[in-house]
Amino acid sequence: MTSLRLPKCPTGIQGLDEITDGGLPRGRPTLICGGPGCGKTLFAAEFLVRGATQFGEPGVFMSFEETDGELKRNVASLGFDLPGLVRRKKIALDHVYIERSEIQETGDYDLEGLFVRLNHAIDSVGAKRVVLDTLEALFAGLSDEATLRAELRRLFRWLKKKGVTAVITAERGKEELTRHGLEEYVSDCVILLDHRIEGQIATRHLRVVKYRGALHGTNEFPFLIGETGIGVLPITSLGLNHKVSNERISTGIPRLDAMTGGRGFFRGSSILLTGTPGTGKTSVAAYFAQAAARRGDRVLFFSFEESPNQIIRNMLSIGLSLEPLVRRGQLRFHAARPTLCGLEMHLATMFKEITEFRPAIVIVDPITSLLSAGNDYETKGMVTRLIDYLKAGQVTSLFTSLTQGGHALEQSEIAMSSLMDSWLFLKDLEVNGERNRLLYVLKARGMAHSNQVREFLISSKGIDLVDVYIGPEGVLTGASRVAQAAREEAEGLAARHETARRKHDIQGKRALIERQIAGLRSDYETGELDLKRLDEQAGSRTRGLVAARTELARLRHADVARRVPRRRSQSKQKVAR
Amino acid sequence: MTTMSRGTPELWRLRLFVAGQTPKSLKAFSNLKTICETHLSGRYSIEVIDLVERPQLSKGDQILAIPTLVRRLPEPVRKIIGDLSDTERVLVGLDLRPSL
Repeated sequence: MTSLRLPKCPTGIQGLDEITDGGLPRGRPTLICGGPGCGKTLFAAEFLVRGATQFGEPGVFMSFEETDGELKRNVASLGFDLPGLVRRKKIALDHVYIERSEIQETGDYDLEGLFVRLNHAIDSVGAKRVVLDTLEALFAGLSDEATLRAELRRLFRWLKKKGVTAVITAERGKEELTRHGLEEYVSDCVILLDHRIEGQIATRHLRVVKYRGALHGTNEFPFLIGETGIGVLPITSLGLNHKVSNERISTGIPRLDAMTGGRGFFRGSSILLTGTPGTGKTSVAAYFAQAAARRGDRVLFFSFEESPNQIIRNMLSIGLSLEPLVRRGQLRFHAARPTLCGLEMHLATMFKEITEFRPAIVIVDPITSLLSAGNDYETKGMVTRLIDYLKAGQVTSLFTSLTQGGHALEQSEIAMSSLMDSWLFLKDLEVNGERNRLLYVLKARGMAHSNQVREFLISSKGIDLVDVYIGPEGVLTGASRVAQAAREEAEGLAARHETARRKHDIQGKRALIERQIAGLRSDYETGELDLKRLDEQAGSRTRGLVAARTELARLRHADVARRVPRRRSQSKQKVAR
Repeated sequence: MTTMSRGTPELWRLRLFVAGQTPKSLKAFSNLKTICETHLSGRYSIEVIDLVERPQLSKGDQILAIPTLVRRLPEPVRKIIGDLSDTERVLVGLDLRPSL
């Protein structure tokens, strides 16, 4: 099966090879079309430069618009050393100059001269890649369109036969992909670049319109032109193979650390902090920043809502003094309006700041502000890229996110939360005419974390987390919690008193009973004694009687044995005796 | 000749770029020869360059189409493409006749 698969030619352009599952079709032409200023030439140039520097494939850049010098200067802005590559014979540049007014057409001709030039350039460096930027200039320079089209058809056939991977750029047409219908000739792969403005913010997009014989991502992907070239932002860019750390870092709020297994979050993890307006997201972020800076970590704070001075002032009111940390260079703020530029520029600026400052902690407050600079999808893509980038560098990141009521945003947060290792949720609870803040740990990957809701208090002394009252009346916070606690205490006291009283009563009763028992016992003992005495008296009396009767009998000479049965009771007594 | 009246006699240096001995190239060369003999007799030189043999020369004169005739002298440089079968246009292109 693998042998049947279309061979691919990696572009080396960040993200594009993921979308196209390996690159452009090898040995075939690819059409890049787009409007003016959408980055066609840079795309083509990067394809060549990366081929020459990373994949050992020399290339030819045939330019119909820019001169060699202009081209060198333009791609130098991406950090590409074109002059050096030309000197080392890795890349050949050829500027084709056509000016209609200087050319007189006097009969039949063909474009063999172009073929010869291209062939010569390819052979001079042993090129495997060719860029034609932009072939459409021919339509402006030559009037015989029939000849031109026939020659273009021949050119593409020739390029395929030559076995080079070609990139042909073309201007976007009004209704068709290209102004002069080049897509008719290049049918293997067509990539559309777009630079469009949504809500006054320009964002670049890339879409693989067609890729014959290969799977490809069909979505529009935002891309950016940064200082190191083009970067396309597919969600799956970069693998999930970051190094992980077991080190834990404190949040600066002891009770919050306690909620996350007692030691805070993992270094290098990503933390999402969502909350409704005014729940103290920035305060938590500032605490985190202060704790990190005091520990000696460098903290980079991207603020998209407040100016640095405003944050410093506001945090002073809850007992955080950030200014000395800023002065010592432990903490750096980068504030920008989300609408200042497009998402790609924000991302590029953030990357640049991160590379320069090399922070251990990055805070983005709030990430949702960037939603206004792009749509949901783009923001997610951007956050993915940012997290990937930060994780690769073992940088811990904290993103705050503003939740509004309503489903759409909650959905987006669920989407974003899948990218995050930990998710803290701040919530307002309005009961009995007062508003209190609650904090949950919704998830914390790899950590035993508390499932409890904590009340989140912000005072001039700072942030504190306290247990909420949970009882038959539900979750109570704030004044209700305090009132409930007082009520409970009063109830407890009353109960203790009641118990003590009842105990006392019972003890009293027992004492009484004991006394009665003692009385009864003495009565009983008295009775016993009486009984004994009675017994003794009765015994002596009987002996006396017997003795007396015996004496009487002796005196009367009675026959004792005969008389006994008639007097049963007496004989019985005799037997007993 | 009216066209020659203002210019002093000077040498015309012409270059014809071809790619192999194709019918178009041969036709262009014979057409050029005829025109030069008619209009520039004795003061022209034609250099035929076959790009198949010397491809490196294509870049310097910005050759795209074949055949291409380049007027190197007198200045400015002019370019005429095609098989030179349209004599009128060749003369206009070479500036041997003012275009009307």
